[in-house]
Amino acid sequence: MPMRYAPPIALLLALTTAAAAWANPHERQLANGLRVIVKEDRRAPTVAHMVWYRAGSMDEISGRTGVAHVLEHMMFKGTPTAGPGEFNRRVAAAGGRDNAFTSRDYTAYFQQVPKLKLPEMMQLEADRMRHLSLDEKEFAQEIRVVMEERRLRTEDQPQALLYEKLNAVAFQVHPYRVPIIGWMTDLQSMTVSDARAWYDDWYAPNNAYLVVVGDVDHQEVFRLAEQYYGVLPARTLPVRKPQEEPPQAGIRRLTVKAPADLPVVMMAYKVPVIRDVERDVDPYALEMLAAVLAGHDAARLNRHLVREQRLAVSAGASYDSTARGPGIFHLHGAPSAGRGRGELEAGLRAELARVQEEGVSAEELARAKAQLIASQIYKLDSIFAQAMEIGQLESAGIPYNLNRRLIDKLQEVSREQVQAVARKYFGDEALTVAELDPQPLPANPRPRSPFVPRH
Amino acid sequence: MTPRKLLLAFCLLLCAQLAHAGPKIERWQTPAGTRVLFVEDHSLPIIDLQLDFAAGAAREPVGREGVAGLTRSLIDLGAAGMDETEIASRLADLGARLSGGVDLDRTSLTLRTLSMADKRAPAFELLRAIIAAPTFPAAAFEREKARSLAALRESLTRPDVIASKAFWAAMYPAHPYGRQATPESLAALLRDDVLAFHATHYGARSATIAIVGDLSRAEAEALAERLSSGLPAPAAVADLPLPQLPAGGEERIAHPAAQSHLLIGMPALKRGDPDFFPLAVGNYSLGGGGFVSRLVKEVRDKRGLAYSVHSYFLPLQQPGPFQIGLQTRRGQAAEALQVTRATLAEFLAHGPSETELLAAKQNLVGSFPLRLDSNRKILENVAMIAFYDLPLDYLDRYPENIERVTAAEIQAAFARRLPAAHLVTVVVAGD
Repeated sequence: MPMRYAPPIALLLALTTAAAAWANPHERQLANGLRVIVKEDRRAPTVAHMVWYRAGSMDEISGRTGVAHVLEHMMFKGTPTAGPGEFNRRVAAAGGRDNAFTSRDYTAYFQQVPKLKLPEMMQLEADRMRHLSLDEKEFAQEIRVVMEERRLRTEDQPQALLYEKLNAVAFQVHPYRVPIIGWMTDLQSMTVSDARAWYDDWYAPNNAYLVVVGDVDHQEVFRLAEQYYGVLPARTLPVRKPQEEPPQAGIRRLTVKAPADLPVVMMAYKVPVIRDVERDVDPYALEMLAAVLAGHDAARLNRHLVREQRLAVSAGASYDSTARGPGIFHLHGAPSAGRGRGELEAGLRAELARVQEEGVSAEELARAKAQLIASQIYKLDSIFAQAMEIGQLESAGIPYNLNRRLIDKLQEVSREQVQAVARKYFGDEALTVAELDPQPLPANPRPRSPFVPRH
Repeated sequence: MTPRKLLLAFCLLLCAQLAHAGPKIERWQTPAGTRVLFVEDHSLPIIDLQLDFAAGAAREPVGREGVAGLTRSLIDLGAAGMDETEIASRLADLGARLSGGVDLDRTSLTLRTLSMADKRAPAFELLRAIIAAPTFPAAAFEREKARSLAALRESLTRPDVIASKAFWAAMYPAHPYGRQATPESLAALLRDDVLAFHATHYGARSATIAIVGDLSRAEAEALAERLSSGLPAPAAVADLPLPQLPAGGEERIAHPAAQSHLLIGMPALKRGDPDFFPLAVGNYSLGGGGFVSRLVKEVRDKRGLAYSVHSYFLPLQQPGPFQIGLQTRRGQAAEALQVTRATLAEFLAHGPSETELLAAKQNLVGSFPLRLDSNRKILENVAMIAFYDLPLDYLDRYPENIERVTAAEIQAAFARRLPAAHLVTVVVAGD
């Protein structure tokens, strides 16, 4: 079983050089506009099959928020040839796992199956790309499930609630202001025809791409894709309005009260994302800034605010340089007992000021880059993660085959560039600060019933 | 294509033809008495290693609940002359990742590293320093205790945590599995409690090591010996007691949440028990098989009562629970509870249909390759086999053990393991 190949360093080189000579992944576009991207990985006899639609919550319009996600639920509710529940039943019988996810930028569906089942998955997925039933009775049931999901994931989660309100304040024009799951009132008034309109608008082969990773032959996958998806006609897509967020002209603040014990501070700075892989500089420098601030346990925020000053019980930073819409650089944390939210905000700002004034050390930057390379190699252990990487880059408008260029560009970031972005983007003009003001649970003289034996 | 890349492509092709059976697991014991399981795989330049100690929360002394988690969180915050910043910085420099945690039975340290000699050797030496010479600095102890307290107090405001804690306490009223950290027990902990817990429970003989990845058997042997030789050698610790079945009943806890949280269950199954297979196959049809299970069909699909509803068995060293869980909008708890109980009662009375049995086997056997299609997943499985001392052919025989289960065996096993009179129910925010 064990097989030796070239020294591991060969793989590192393959990952980190720009040489795109290695043809894996492979790509083909069908006549109807569907792009098919195949990455062969023969380590195990399984395959990940994903269909990504370029339609997410940012494509919704007012009054119909959440419809992208509701449609995702309805995609499991049957077509004329595969009735309600049949999709899940057939994937399960194939020994597969399946699910779907809706984001701001896209909606994606996937199955992980033993490799022999790939044709059946393609047949099922192609069927619901065009022939969804969207039955009114099924919709009435499923919209209740979605409202339960909103209660579970947002309404009863103080920090999720805070994040939702933060976005609603940081963005006033761009649809990133809206939560993916939708506002409750929009869910309550949604009808099956809203879902139908969404489906008719966006679910077309020319608005989708297929990602297949695993123990497959790419030519065979192209042939299967032609067979199952090739018959679906391309359709005219709606015009996407830009809805660009105008520059923010001053700090914004908000507070959310919710049952909780721990206060939370979230700070959101407006920053750019990658639009031109070759020419952009700042998004890569911002990625490195996030890594220096919060990439590991001894990174600055944890080391200074949590460990040394004991100002916070947790502190972090996050930034995603790839997105269809505008970018945000987040700083967040929870203050230690006896320390205020204002003190923590000042502490987070002080860390930014240090980078602005003193920059970052060569050692810190090298550390961030070492972690980046390692994480690229670790990603190869998961077929699913590799498929996700391809799909997410494409969703942001970045060709998957530029992934190695992205790694190069990150490796090229200098200390001066990190300091420059810290100075350029972290002023109060583009800042929104959200605070969770924890409220005690209602005092109840008898919060618990005694344990009552039933028999 | 460069020669190196050609070679890589060639290897990927060959590996494909060899990857159908379960992984080939090798087993041995180090001179210090640590059991080792090893899977050699050179397809990626990665090594994954998991070190498990019989140092789960169930081992905490009465009144010292929370000490297992605190010990684990402190172990890599000072060792062999290095402080927490130095340890974390060195790991990051190597691109190595140290993770792990504490459950009821186990404390885990999991290390993922690149396999190049200049990466793995220092990464493993760091791991050895952490387990052989942890210093548990007093300042870090006070700080981590305060952080754990803050996290616990926050979690005690959440309906799901409140429900879960009440559920375990009701299922295991007089057993270590039912004891849990409280703000009081955490606040009372001293650094000496951590030192004592470490000295007693992080010993070489209670430890197991699982290694998967890009190294040879000889290298794995040397590594395991190096790691285990630094561990303490405490006296043997007594086995956990067998839990008694609880008196069945229902507990209701008030909460302002938008949703009620419901849990139903009882102690049911330990690791290595032959009933595992009929219960696993049966539970797939009841509530483990996602959208094709009865609970999802009845509670979610037919009535729209919940986003998530599930059932599972959690086998542990001693019988772990069977659990059904769901959340539903306030005011619907009674209906959801009634539907759930009726679904369970129907299943207990009649077992699965032949169609359901076939579907369960198709999925559980058919999805077997998906359980083993990454080094990370192989590591999880092998570490579990090592810690619970399951047969080395456990994975190889898994498909046939599933295939041979009959509907009658499922019904009998469910009746044996889930006497309804002992079922415990907890409802939070159910008014």
